[in-house]
Amino acid sequence: METPTSRSIPAEDALDSESPSRTSPPAIETKDLCLSYDEAPALRDVSLSVPERQVTALIGPSGCGKSTLLRCFNRMNDLIPGVRVTGQCRVGGQDILGDGVDVIGLRKQVGMVFQRSNPFPMSIRANMAYGLKLQGLRNRVEQDRIVEESLRAAALWDEVKDRLDRNALELSGGQQQRLCIARAIAIRPRILLMDEPASALDPITTMRIEELILELRRDYTIVIVTHNMQQAARISDRTAFLYLGEVVEFDRTSRIFTHPRDQRTEDYVTGRFG
Amino acid sequence: MRPIGESRRLGRWGGPAGIVGLILTGLATLVLLAFLVALLTTVLSKGMPAFSWRFVSTIPRKDFFDVDSAAILPMVVGTSLRVLIMTVFVMPFGVITAVYLTEYADPASPFTRGIRAAIGNIAGVPSIVFGLFGLGFFVNFLGRGLDGLTGSGVPVFGRPSLLWASLTLAVMTLPVVIVATEESLRSIPSGLREASLALGATKLETVWTIVLPQALPGILTGGILAVGRAAGEVAPILFTGAAYYTAELPGRLTDQFMDLGYHVYVLATQSPNVDQTAPILYATALALLVLTLALNAGAILLRSRMRRNLREAV
Repeated sequence: METPTSRSIPAEDALDSESPSRTSPPAIETKDLCLSYDEAPALRDVSLSVPERQVTALIGPSGCGKSTLLRCFNRMNDLIPGVRVTGQCRVGGQDILGDGVDVIGLRKQVGMVFQRSNPFPMSIRANMAYGLKLQGLRNRVEQDRIVEESLRAAALWDEVKDRLDRNALELSGGQQQRLCIARAIAIRPRILLMDEPASALDPITTMRIEELILELRRDYTIVIVTHNMQQAARISDRTAFLYLGEVVEFDRTSRIFTHPRDQRTEDYVTGRFG
Repeated sequence: MRPIGESRRLGRWGGPAGIVGLILTGLATLVLLAFLVALLTTVLSKGMPAFSWRFVSTIPRKDFFDVDSAAILPMVVGTSLRVLIMTVFVMPFGVITAVYLTEYADPASPFTRGIRAAIGNIAGVPSIVFGLFGLGFFVNFLGRGLDGLTGSGVPVFGRPSLLWASLTLAVMTLPVVIVATEESLRSIPSGLREASLALGATKLETVWTIVLPQALPGILTGGILAVGRAAGEVAPILFTGAAYYTAELPGRLTDQFMDLGYHVYVLATQSPNVDQTAPILYATALALLVLTLALNAGAILLRSRMRRNLREAV
């Protein structure tokens, strides 16, 4: 079967509404990326390039490897014993797979928001300042400035400005997730990885998160894993459809949802399986 | 076909089998409670006559088998000290070991399995064996070795002492602390670790600032269990530090000390007149119970304060 994987973006696609320019290098680029858990392959020859300052959605049925792929970009898979990765993965032009890579530095460049919101059981302020302190920023005034700025960017400031010293766990589910987003952008990453960030939230809250993602898109490269196809259609510029560890199709979102080239993509996006 | 929900009408207790289960478990609990009550009333009723403020707060100058002059201050001090010093040693060692095992070690490696097996085995060793081990390793090997190094003619370290008894108890209670800490660490959601790592924290920063503070109440539970276990133990300190009689309160780590548990044994076996000594014996046992309870209560209070602090945000 013909599977148009490893297609780099055709030139005419590179000019989306707000994309910076056709010459800007991809934020993330993988080539023949393979990953296996204890010899069981989870990703096969993934080659794709994620454009800067756009939203790239990874979709596919459960177990297709979309979260695994996402976690390659900040080396989160390192935490799982028995993982083997081969091929290439570049972030900002730098190879990130070698043993000598500064993983800590990488994670400061590539922030992550998880499926289940995971604020630390501390005050809102302490949550926000955590990453800043790790970077050695001890100045309280400067900390407070960045905390406010990031909370505003995450559309949470007005709701929490009067209770920054209250425990973050007192916030609602949607607020907690926005806090996690604010916490991730407080350390000024260039890329934001989101692993089904709204799957545990109700529709209204999900809408707010989606609006937020569209706002953040101006400043950040966003890669989002979602099992919700409408969500991918609503918020992403590009969509990669993964199936059984392979990128079946990677294209502009509008094309994936209206004129998919691969039969499997069509079957999935029209809801015939998945 | 019967509708779901009406298929089993067994009543409040769940039918005959449920009633039997209820009676059996209830009886077992009652028997246990009865033993506890019997034990406490015996100790209380027989010990109270000899129990007084003077009894617990003075150093016995004359015959400690005589009701009028018997006193147990040195034993209270000795037992408290050995438990506290033990805690100082066992907590850091136990916690660090548990952190290594849960956060760093590869659970499948033979080395890790070996450590776990060793911890399990330590927990199963009879306490008198710890006493012999303490004598052989701490007193004779380490102590005499230290004396050899310092070159003093008289043994300073090479004899039973508060330090060696405490260390022996620390080795004995190590598994309790390790297991409780490990459990506590494992109960911390992995999402918190991931959140910290994803923000660019190192593993050590994550453990130190996120995981350990959250695990503190559980770690303290380990400490409480260890203290409870150690306070009443006599066998491990028999050869490593407990004295039949010392004129002074222990002032240095290298001093020998009198101990409540050991004193109960002394009173029970060495008394010239068993009937006359019985009230002192029970009063001493009562003091040991109260002390253990007090140490535990203190630790539990500390733990609940910690929990409150954790909830109220750091």
